Amino acid sequence: MTVTEDRPAQKTAEVGRDRRRKEDLRLITGRTKWTDNISLPGMVHVAMVRSFSAHAKILGIETEAAKRSPNVVAVLTGKDLADEQGILINAWPITPDQKAPTHTPIALDRASFAGEIVAVVVARSAAEARDAAELVDVDYEDLPAALDLKEAAEDKVLAHPDLGTNKSAFWQFDSAGAGTGGAVDEAIEQARADGIVIEREYRQQRLIPAFMEPRSVVVDPTGEQITMWSATQIPHILRFALAATTGVPESKIRVVAPDVGGGFGGKLQTTPEEWIAFALARRLGKPVKYTETRSESLIAGHHGRDQWQKLTLAAKKDGTVTGFKVELLADLGSHVSLIGGGIPVLGAFMFNSIYKFPAYQFNCQTVLTNKTWTDAYRGAGRPEATYAIERIMDELAVEVGVDPLEIREKNWIKHDEFPFTTVAGLEYDSGNYEAATARAKEMFGYDELRAEQKQRRDSGDPVQLGIGVSTFTEMCGLAPSRVLGSLDYGAGGWEHASIRMLATGKVEVVTGSSAHGQGHETAWSQIVADRLGVAFEDVEVLHGDTQISHRGLDTYGSRSLTVGGEALVKAADKVIEKAKPIAAHLLEASADDLEFGSGQFTVKGTDKGLAMADVAMAAFAAHNLPDGVEPSIDCDATYDPVNFSFPHGTHLCAVEVDTETGGVLMRKYVAVDDIGTIVNPLIVDGQVHGGLVQGIAQALWEEAVHDEAGTLVSASFVDYLLPTAADTISFETDHTTSPSTTNTLGTKGVGEAGTIASTPAVVNAVVDAVRAFGVTDIQMPCTPERVWKAIHGHGNGGATPTVGDAEPHFDEADVADRSAGAGPGAEGADR
Amino acid sequence: MIPAQFDYVAPGSVEEALSALEGAEDAKVIAGGQSLLPVLRMRLNAPTLVVDLGRIDALRGVRDDGDAIVIGAMTTHAEVITDPLVNEHALLLAKAATEVADPQIRHRGTFGGALAHADPAGDVGAPALALGASYTIVGTGGERTVEADDFFEDLFTTAVQEGELLTEVRIPKHTGWGAHYEKFVRVAHQWPIVAVAAAVKVDGGTIAEARVGLTNMGSTPLRARSVESALVGQPATDEAVRAAAASADHDTRPPSDLNGDADYRKHLATVLTRRAVLAAAGA
Repeated sequence: MTVTEDRPAQKTAEVGRDRRRKEDLRLITGRTKWTDNISLPGMVHVAMVRSFSAHAKILGIETEAAKRSPNVVAVLTGKDLADEQGILINAWPITPDQKAPTHTPIALDRASFAGEIVAVVVARSAAEARDAAELVDVDYEDLPAALDLKEAAEDKVLAHPDLGTNKSAFWQFDSAGAGTGGAVDEAIEQARADGIVIEREYRQQRLIPAFMEPRSVVVDPTGEQITMWSATQIPHILRFALAATTGVPESKIRVVAPDVGGGFGGKLQTTPEEWIAFALARRLGKPVKYTETRSESLIAGHHGRDQWQKLTLAAKKDGTVTGFKVELLADLGSHVSLIGGGIPVLGAFMFNSIYKFPAYQFNCQTVLTNKTWTDAYRGAGRPEATYAIERIMDELAVEVGVDPLEIREKNWIKHDEFPFTTVAGLEYDSGNYEAATARAKEMFGYDELRAEQKQRRDSGDPVQLGIGVSTFTEMCGLAPSRVLGSLDYGAGGWEHASIRMLATGKVEVVTGSSAHGQGHETAWSQIVADRLGVAFEDVEVLHGDTQISHRGLDTYGSRSLTVGGEALVKAADKVIEKAKPIAAHLLEASADDLEFGSGQFTVKGTDKGLAMADVAMAAFAAHNLPDGVEPSIDCDATYDPVNFSFPHGTHLCAVEVDTETGGVLMRKYVAVDDIGTIVNPLIVDGQVHGGLVQGIAQALWEEAVHDEAGTLVSASFVDYLLPTAADTISFETDHTTSPSTTNTLGTKGVGEAGTIASTPAVVNAVVDAVRAFGVTDIQMPCTPERVWKAIHGHGNGGATPTVGDAEPHFDEADVADRSAGAGPGAEGADR
Repeated sequence: MIPAQFDYVAPGSVEEALSALEGAEDAKVIAGGQSLLPVLRMRLNAPTLVVDLGRIDALRGVRDDGDAIVIGAMTTHAEVITDPLVNEHALLLAKAATEVADPQIRHRGTFGGALAHADPAGDVGAPALALGASYTIVGTGGERTVEADDFFEDLFTTAVQEGELLTEVRIPKHTGWGAHYEKFVRVAHQWPIVAVAAAVKVDGGTIAEARVGLTNMGSTPLRARSVESALVGQPATDEAVRAAAASADHDTRPPSDLNGDADYRKHLATVLTRRAVLAAAGA
C-alpha cells in the first residue's frame, strides 16, 4: 500500500475511443469454443425427424428399423416423451382472450408446419443419428393447410381445427380512447371532405434471421445442476422457462451461452430443440448434443416480419397530417411463440414516428397459419412501422407536390419541442431531426442528385435515378418494467451488473446482458475503465453463464448499453462509495473531504491520495479497516429504465434502376444517426453497417418463399438470398448527438437502427426512380422482375407474387422416399 | 449436414477410374465436388461409391491441337481464366469462367465437371456450346467423340453414360474473335437468372460471324441460331444488334421460379443478348 505523493496525469477518456474489440482475437483465430465444439465424456447425439407436410395428422410412427440401426441409443416420439418434454411458453399474451395452440416440443398427434419435429433419434455419433432418422417411417394423413395470411384471417382453412379459428388476438391502440389524441375516423372523414386521404396496403414479406452460427445445444445431466449450453441470446430467460415448464427447480439448472455467433432476434427464443435435449439428457442420464443443419435453421428457426399493412393517412391540403390509421394482419405461423404475438405490438407506438399527428389508431389482428412460427427479427415491430410511415409520407409528398423532405419537416417534432409526448403516449426525451437531416443532405449532395435525376428523366435515359428518404426514430432499450407489465408482457425489463474488485487491482465485471457478437466486453471495459479509473486492459467482462451472471434479462431490443450499461455505471458508483470510508481511514482523513477521479481518492486541498487498486488490496487483506466495515468493495446494481431509448436519424439512398431489366443498383447511401453519446465509434459503425445491409436486404433480396403445399422452398442459401460485401456499396455514415436524458452516459440504442431505417429508404428510392412510369408501389423484395413488370405495367406489376419454386441446381435423381423420415431435408432442390 | 456413408476411391489413371466404376452400383464421379458435395450433404443422393478424379494428372491442362485447343476435364475454372491458349483462341470461355460463383469455387470447380453436371444455369455450358465444342468420352468399350449439339440432352443429363468419363473438350479456335458473357443475377454469388455468351468476328465494323449461347433458357444450354444468322453482315451498332437480338427468345423454354417467371426471362434474353453482342464486338 502506498500513499502517492504525485497525482497521475489525467487519463485519456475511454468512452468515445475506437478501441479494437477485445473479443475478436479469440473469435477470428478460431480459438473460442462454440456450443457445437463442446464434447463431453459419454455424450450422445440427436437427430430430428421433421414433418415434411405443412399440416397432417400423425397416424403412426414406425421406429423399429431406426432402433436397429448401428449405435442407436433411443428413438422417441412425442407420445414417448409426453410426460417429460415440458412445453414451450408464450410469455406475452397480448390479450386476455388470445387463442394459442398448445406448443409441445415434439408434436403429439398432428404436425402443424413443414419442419415441425415429430420424432427424435439418439445415437453414439451425429452421423449415425442422422442415418437412423432416415429410417423412421411416419404415417401422415394430410390435412388442408392454412398458408395464405389473408385467407387464413378469414378462417377458410383452419391451422388448428380444435381452436375453431385462426384469429389469435386483436389488439388496438386508439389515441382518442387513450386520451393522447383525437379520433382518427373523424380526421379521415374530414380529410375526405376537404383534404387529402391516402390509402395504401403494404406487404412485409416473411424473412429468416439467418445468423451465422446455426443453433446448437448441449445438456449435461450428470452434475447436481443440469447444465445446458445453448447458442442463445437469452440464457437467463431460458433457465427461467425451463424451470417453469419442466418441474426442475430453477436452482438445479445452469444455463451457459458461450460465444454465440449472431442472433438478430432469431436466438431470442426458447426452442423445441432445447427442450428435447433437456428431456433426453434427463431420461438417458448422459450428456446430449444437438446441432442443427443450415437448412433446419432456415426451416425451423423462427421466422420474422410477415404482415399485411392497411394504412389510411389523412392530411390537410397543405400536407399537414391530421390522422393515421393502421390495420395490420400479422402472421404468427403455427404457434404463438415466446413473444411472437407481441412483435407487431412493439410497432404500435412507432407508426407516428417523428411526427406530430393529432389522431392515431393502431389495430392488429394476429393470425395462426401452417408455416414456421414467427417472432423477433432485428427491429421487431419497429421496422414494419417505420416502413409503413416512411413509405406513405413519400406518397403524401407526391400528392401535395413537394419534396419528400419538405413534407416530413412540415410534420416533424421540432428540436426545441423536446421532451415531447407523442400521440401514441410515449415521451421522446431528446432529438434533433433538423440537424440530422441537414447533415445527411450535405453529405449526400441532395440537390445535385435531384438535378441528375431530372436530367435522366428528361432525356429518357434507360437507367433512371431514384432518391429515397427515411427520417426514422425507434423505441428501444427494452424496457421499463411497469410499461411491460401494462402490456401483459411476462417479465420485467431491468438489467443487472456487478463489479468485483480483485486484490491485484484487476476488475471483473459481471453483466446480465448476453452478448452474441455485439462487443460488450470491449464497450463495458471502456465504461468501467473511465468510471473507476482503471486500465481498459485490467477489466474483464463476464457474461452468459447463470453460475457467474446469476441475474439478467439478456440481449435484444437494443437494450444492453442503455439498460445494462446504466446498471454498470450504478454498480461502479457504488464501488466508489463503498471504497471511500476505507480510503478515508487509510488516508487519515474524513470521508467528506475525499474526492475521486482518475482512479484516485484524494484529500481535498492536499496532495495526499490513494489509488482504487490500493483500496481493493486493503479490503482483501482486511488488516486495517474501519470498525464495522466489511472486507469487500464489490458491488452490484439492478437498473430498471425509466423510459425507452429513442435513437433517430436521416437516411438518404440513391439507386439506379435499369428500366430494361428492372435491375436495381445502389449508387449512394448516407446514414446520419443520432444515438446520443457514443462509447465506441468502431463498434457503432459495425452495428450501423450491418444493420443497413440487413434492412437493404429486406428491400431488395430476402424472402422466405413457400410452395403451394406449404414447403419452404427458400430453405438454403441458394434460394434465400443473403447479400455479401460484393452486393453492397460503401456506406457514408455520420452522427449528430442529442444525448439521452434518461441515462447517465446519455446513450441510445444502436443495434437495430440501421435495419429499421434503411428498408423504406431503399424502396422509396426504387419507387422514386420509376414513378414517372406511373408506378406507386413495388412489393418487397423489389426483385428485378417486379421492378420491370411495374414499369411495363404487366398485370399486378410491382406486386407480382413470387413463384413458389426453387432453382434446381442439384440433381436429385436418387432421392430416397421422403416419407421415410428425413422430412424437408430435400431443401433447395424442389422441382 | 452429414452425408450418408459411401466408399471412396481416388484412382491415378482413367483406366483405373473406369474399372472402379464398372463394378459399382450407384457410383458417382467427383471432379471439383462443387455440385456433388452439396448433393451428398443434403442427402439428395446416396451413392455407394464416390470415384475421385482429382489425382489423374492426365485430365488437367490445356493443349494446342492445330485448329483447336483441347481442355482437360479436370482443368479448374481458375486455370481456364488464366490460360494463355484459352485467352488467345477461346476468349469466351475465359470470360464466362470469371463469372462462375466466387474465387473459392473457381479454384475447386472444374471445366469438365461443370459440363458433365449439366446444370442449365451453369456458366460453362452455353459458351462451350456456342464455340462448337466437341467432347471426348471414354468408357471400358473405348473412346468416342460427341459433337457440340449432341452433348447436352436434358436437365442434368448429357451424352456421358453410366460407367463413362468425360476426359477432354475440344474447342475449335476462334482466334481474334471478340467475346463477352453477360450474366444477370440478383446477388453476386448466385447462378444466373439468365446469361448470354457471345463471340463475334468483326471485319471493318461489320459482323462477319457470330456465336450466341443462352444460359438458363431451357433444360439445356441453347444456341440462339436465329440471332447468329441475323447478325451476319450487320454493322456492330446498337440499332442493328438490337434488331437481331429481338429473336433471342425464339425456341426457348425458360423455367419459372422464385427469381423470375418464364416471360420475364424471355425478355431478359433479348436485352442481355444485345448487350453481350455489342460488348463482344467492342461497340
